[in-house]
Order: sequence, then structure tokens, then C-alpha cells
Amino acid sequence: MPEYTVIHEKARSFYDLYERKAELQHQTHYCPGCGHGIVHKLVAEAIDELGIQDRTILVTPVGCSVFGYYYFDVGNVQAAHGRASAVACAVKRALPESVVLSYQGDGDLAAIGTAEILHAANRGENITVIFVNNAIYAMTGGQMAPTTLLGQSSTTTPSGRNEWNEGYPLHVCELLAALEAPVYLERVALGNNKQIMGAARAVRRAIGNQVKSLGFSLVEILSPCPTIWRKDPVEAQHWVRDEMAKVFPLGVFRDRGTEAGARPAAAPPPALDEVPRLLGIVNGSRLMTDRGGATVDWRIKVAGFGGQGVLMLGEVLAEAGLDAGMEVSWLPSYGPEMRSGTSNCHVRLAAAPIDSPLVSRPNVLLALNQPSLEKFLPTVEPGGWVFYNGQTPPRNGVRADVRVIGRPFTQVGDELGDARAGNMVMLGALLEATGLLPDEAVEGALKRVVKSERWLELDRRALARGRAAVREGSLP
Amino acid sequence: MKQLIKGNEAIVKSAILAGCRAFYGYPITPASEIAEAAALYLPRAGGVFLQAESEVAAINMLYGAAAAGVRALTASSGPGISLMQEGISYLAGAELPCVIADIMRGGPGLGNIAPEQGDYNQVVKGGGHGNYRTLVLAPDSVQEMADLTRLAFDLADEYRNPVVVLADGYTGQMMEPVEFPAAAMLPRRPAWAVDGTAATRRNLITSIYLEPDQLEAHVRKLETKYRRAEQQAVRFESHRTEDAEIVLVGYGIVARILKAVVEQARAQGLAVGLLRPITLYPFPAAELRRLSRQALAFLVVEMSTGQMVEDVRLALEGRRPVEFYGRCGGNVPSAEEILRWVRERADHYWPAFAPEEMADA
Repeated sequence: MPEYTVIHEKARSFYDLYERKAELQHQTHYCPGCGHGIVHKLVAEAIDELGIQDRTILVTPVGCSVFGYYYFDVGNVQAAHGRASAVACAVKRALPESVVLSYQGDGDLAAIGTAEILHAANRGENITVIFVNNAIYAMTGGQMAPTTLLGQSSTTTPSGRNEWNEGYPLHVCELLAALEAPVYLERVALGNNKQIMGAARAVRRAIGNQVKSLGFSLVEILSPCPTIWRKDPVEAQHWVRDEMAKVFPLGVFRDRGTEAGARPAAAPPPALDEVPRLLGIVNGSRLMTDRGGATVDWRIKVAGFGGQGVLMLGEVLAEAGLDAGMEVSWLPSYGPEMRSGTSNCHVRLAAAPIDSPLVSRPNVLLALNQPSLEKFLPTVEPGGWVFYNGQTPPRNGVRADVRVIGRPFTQVGDELGDARAGNMVMLGALLEATGLLPDEAVEGALKRVVKSERWLELDRRALARGRAAVREGSLP
Repeated sequence: MKQLIKGNEAIVKSAILAGCRAFYGYPITPASEIAEAAALYLPRAGGVFLQAESEVAAINMLYGAAAAGVRALTASSGPGISLMQEGISYLAGAELPCVIADIMRGGPGLGNIAPEQGDYNQVVKGGGHGNYRTLVLAPDSVQEMADLTRLAFDLADEYRNPVVVLADGYTGQMMEPVEFPAAAMLPRRPAWAVDGTAATRRNLITSIYLEPDQLEAHVRKLETKYRRAEQQAVRFESHRTEDAEIVLVGYGIVARILKAVVEQARAQGLAVGLLRPITLYPFPAAELRRLSRQALAFLVVEMSTGQMVEDVRLALEGRRPVEFYGRCGGNVPSAEEILRWVRERADHYWPAFAPEEMADA
């Protein structure tokens, strides 16, 4: 047997046998003359040359290349129609050390997946897209693609593509070249051996850019589909070279491969035991003064205009209740009344676990404006408390069976420095009248809820004025 | 120590503590706080946050993250969940785990941003194409938003299947005290993942099986998982059902209101209890059948025109009457209006059927 030297061999990134193809493992499923076989070879050889087989993850689309994983001995993820580039982005972000290739056809990338490719490119995702453009939907039997040429017939353009009905062939490289982020965009073709050599260089370049962490690279490959085009393989190659390339000019549309710097690497993750602190989860214990005894059950409705501090007043009550050892809930109103600019929230402070966080029959109503007072007064439980802003009694009448305290709370807040502090004046009055919460719990809650020192100081004064208003009748 | 936080924020913190390191989503009221909290906290924990170009892209990004072996989360609401259904079908078909939070709003169409429970059918019945299910957990408190999110990640990994945390706008927006686990965890990447190393190079994530026999075998395998979930993963809360002659059934925020109804009804001498499904799929059908031995009737309340009620009827197979009360459009039924309805139905059932006559019908 003569000695011989191997000068060219099958790419190592291809399987020796296509075992996933079961009994047909000796052959591919591509038609004679199909461009996919060539593109597969160029991709596999580039993977070999760059020495990245173990790191490579191939995302295959829906289309003739759906079974790329029959052939490529790399990590394989098959994606939904049009979504390969979205899938590829997330794989790459999860595994920055990997080399992620999104292999897509024209229908997949340029029709149903237009949003995904555009945004992946615009974010400058560090992935490589191999875009095989054969101007037709091949696997599904020859329907029009977004890249079908004008006049080209397909099963859904039986008289040829007509710009007045189907529009013009979509130029993906030109479209993406309008974006800032892409690093490398080139259109190549498989029309003859010279073009194929050019395609090999482009594929290597596009994958190499990712290895160097440069960013988004896409190679569009004009590729023959003899079966659907109803041409023999040689005619099909001619058609790529003579007709397709006329409509889709070959060339480099973007190349920042030399000037672009490597993308910044992500910061190393924190130690796992640091994570709770980074999430703002605090350890320690509450005051737990165990306030109010076993029967306490405050059902509070706070209501007013947006901007009056309705939600914040409720939040201070709930935070303070928590400090005071009560069960608490806070529910912002979230219904149609928001549209009229009013706002309300439901707060429950109770000894027992809280069933419904919705307060439909309050025993405390804090009405910061007249419409809220009139709307919710009828819902207050007999024996309950009603605090309202101003001195004008509600038009629908004052109820004799509830305790009503009307004071110009907002005006007092305004005198103190900001009308928005009126909510804390009202809270002071509520605390003084009902003894609902201990001072230290309210102070602790204020410090957590109010972030600015200026407001904290103002709110403390407002609380004191509200208390005094009830204690001394010092408000009009 | 318990902290007062919003339900939507609780989902994110709990997810990160459970090892979630990827969030992909698209803003929508009333779920946006989840994306906002994820944008704030995930990068701090060394994770990925990305606001995707659409829900369609977001769910496929989850597919990619899950394929890479990362615990991944997304959040949306009705219209966005509709858009994600294709991807959820692919995730289930490719046996990829992930967690999807659906903070329901009013529908159909644009509907409104107020709370509703109209996504039950599309989520619980597996709204995408093909023979698959999603496991569905329905929290009724902010604590459960945290606890069930953690459980959702564990179930997703155990069953290699998407798990949905199905809540409503109220549960997402309200604040209640939450106790988080003291320690964070970070599970190892599963052996089946494609993680860009020599060890996993021949792993494959796919959902295509061209041969009918192969696809049938694959679907049967999924079906076996769902049967196992039906045996092992069912969760519910029974509240005062031991002696209940009328059993209320509701989930999520509605169940909280129904607890108040139970107390008020009991105070009026009515033997009323509550069954709260915590897993909507698998559904606590066996417990409903067990309760049917003692209960005269089942009264279902939802913030919809009646979706879960169909599962209650299927579970009971006509053993007992099932009646329905629903509000929708963002209207939340008050305890008082439900109690009026319960009283009215009780008046209907009690004179006609004495409990002892029904004992083993």
C-alpha cells in the first residue's frame, strides 16, 4: 500500500458519520448543488482554523438548515422561526467565553425575524450571523422570500414578484449598515470558486471578530437553490453570479475589525454570600413592641388627589405598623378612579393575619380632598373615624355615627413650608386622636420612607402640628 | 427580618436569591416593576438584564439562557403573554426550564391596566401549540410572590418545563411584609445544557422530531412528566373546610377576599369554607372530589367571566352543583357583595338539601 500524506481533510468540526440522521447517516439531507453544504463547510473549516470547536454553539433556524446539528460537532441549539438571533444573544450573554453562531436563512432572518436581527445588530451583540440568502423559501416548497427578485416566480408569486404588490427585495446588509453598532457586514456569493474563496475569508473574519470580542458581525451569502429554482446546479451557480449579485451587490458594508476595541468584559460576579445584602435584604430585628392587643384591626382608606402624598401616608402607616409588631398590608388603588387624577390606598394594621388587603368598609377614612370624602364617607363603619381636609362638611351630609375631624391640614402644611406635608399633618392628627401607633414606630417608618433630610425635618414638624391640632384644638 | 415590599419586587429578589441570573422582558403595566427591579438588582448580582425589542424576542432569549443552563425569568401581562405563547411552546417542547411571571390585567385586546384573572385559560391550558402544559403557581400574598417564585425555579428544573407565576395587578402592586431566605443559592448548570465546553459539546436543544414515531415518543415523555406533576406537585390551601357545607373556590387576590367572606359568613352561622388552589396546573381536583363528600355546593369566584370554574366542574364531574360569581374589567368584588351572593345561594341550597341526605350521594 503506497504511503500518502493528507493535504486536505474533512473539517474536524463535522461529525464523521451523521449519527443523528439514523439510517441515512452516510449522506446529508441537502439537495445536489445546494449552497448550504458549501456554507457548512466554510463554517466548519473556520471553526477548525480558529481552534474553537469546544467553545462553539450553533443556533440553527427553521428552514432547510434546521438540521445543522446533524453535521456540526459543536454545541447545538435549535430555535423558533425568526428567533435564532434572539436566542443567540442570550446564549452569548450567559456564556461570554463561548462562540455563538446564528445560522439563518432569508425568510427566517429578513421576514419573520426582522425585529430580532435588527435589534441584535443595533445592540452590537458579540455574535456572528451567517445569513444564507437564496431568494426563496426552500424548505416549505418555494414561496416568496423578502429577498425574492422582482419578476422571480415563486408558488406565492406565480406571475413573478411585482413591486406594486410585494414590494422590493430587502437588502439586509445595507439596512444594518445604517446602524452604529455592527462591526462587520459583508455580502459574498457562491457563484464560482473565486466567490467561494471570498466567502470563506468573510466567514473566518466574522467568526474571528467574535473570538476577539469585537462585536456584531454578519456575512450575507448569496446561495444557490437549484431544486426550487428549477435549474441544474451549474445554471443555479450562474444565476447567483449573474442575476442575484446584480440586485444584491457584493462587498463590504462595514468593517471596523481593525479599529474596534474589544468590548468591555463584565465585572466578576459578587461572592454568593454578598447577594442578599446587594439586594437590600437586611438582617436584624424590628422593634416588635407588640402593640394593640389581640383584637386590633385597623382598616384604613387614604384618598385624595395625586400629588397629595396619599400613597406615602399609607406607606408610613404600614411601615410603622410593621415596626409595632402588627400584621400589615398596603394596597394602592389601581382602578378606574386613577384616570380622574385621584389616588387612594388601602392599609390594614391588625393583630391577626390579614385576610383581604382590600378595604371596602374602613374604620378609618383619611380624605385629603372633598370628592374622596363624599365618595367614601358612606362606606365607613359605624363608630369609625373620618379625617378630612378643610372645614366644609360633605355635601352628602355628616354622619352622626362616625367620629369626624375636619381641619385645614393641607393649608397647615403649606404654612409649614409645603402643602404636600399636609398628609403628615393629617397623620399626626390621626395618631393623636386614636393612639393607633407608638411614636418610635412612626419615627422609624418615616426614616425608611422619606429619603431627603429636608423632607424628614418638615414631615416631623407636620406630624407635631397635627398632633397639637387634636390635643389642643389649636387648629381652627 | 420581614420587609415591606411590593409583590412585583418580591418576585425579583426571590428569583435572584434562588439563583436566577438572567431577565429578559418587555415593559407592560402592571408588570413593569419586575423589569425595573431586575434592571436594578440583576447586574449587581452578576446577572444579565436586557429589555428586549418585544415579548416575542424576550421569551426566545429565555430559551437561549435556559439552553445555556442559566435560571432565567421574564415577566409580562395578558397581551405580552399572548405574544410569548409561541416561545413557551418551544421551551416546553425542548424541555427547557424557565419562570414566567404573568401579572394579569384586564382584557381582551388592549383592555385596561386594572387587575383581572382573564389569563387563566391561556396560561393554565398551555396557550401555545402542541401537547404541552405549563406548571402554574398562583400566589395570594407578597410573601407567596417570593416563596412561589423560588418554588417555580425548583419545579422548572425538576420537570424541565416552563413554570408560570400567575398573579394579578393587585398582588403585584401591593406591599406586605416578606421574609426572604437568609442565604442565596446558585445551582450548578445542568448536565444537559449547552454551555460551550468540551463536556457538553454533543448536547442538543431542540423540539423538532420529523418522524411521527419519534415525535409521539417525545410527546409521551412530556405527558409522563405532567402525570407525575399531577401526582406530586399539587398544592392548595384549605381554610375552614373541615365542616363546610358550602365550599368557596378562588385563587390569588380573590382568595384573600374570600377569606374575609368566610369569616363574615361564619359569624352569621353559615358553614362556609374556602379551597384555594395554589397550583392551577396541576389542579387540586382530588381535594375538590374529597370535599364533595361533605359539601352541598361549590361556589367559585373569579375576576373573570368564568375560566377556572371549568376546571372545578371537570374535577367534580357533576357530583355537586357548581356556581359562579365573577367580576371583570378591573372591578374587584368586595367581600360584602360576595357575601350577599353566598347568602342567596345558601338560602337556595339549604332548604332543598339537608346535609345528611347528601352524605354519600
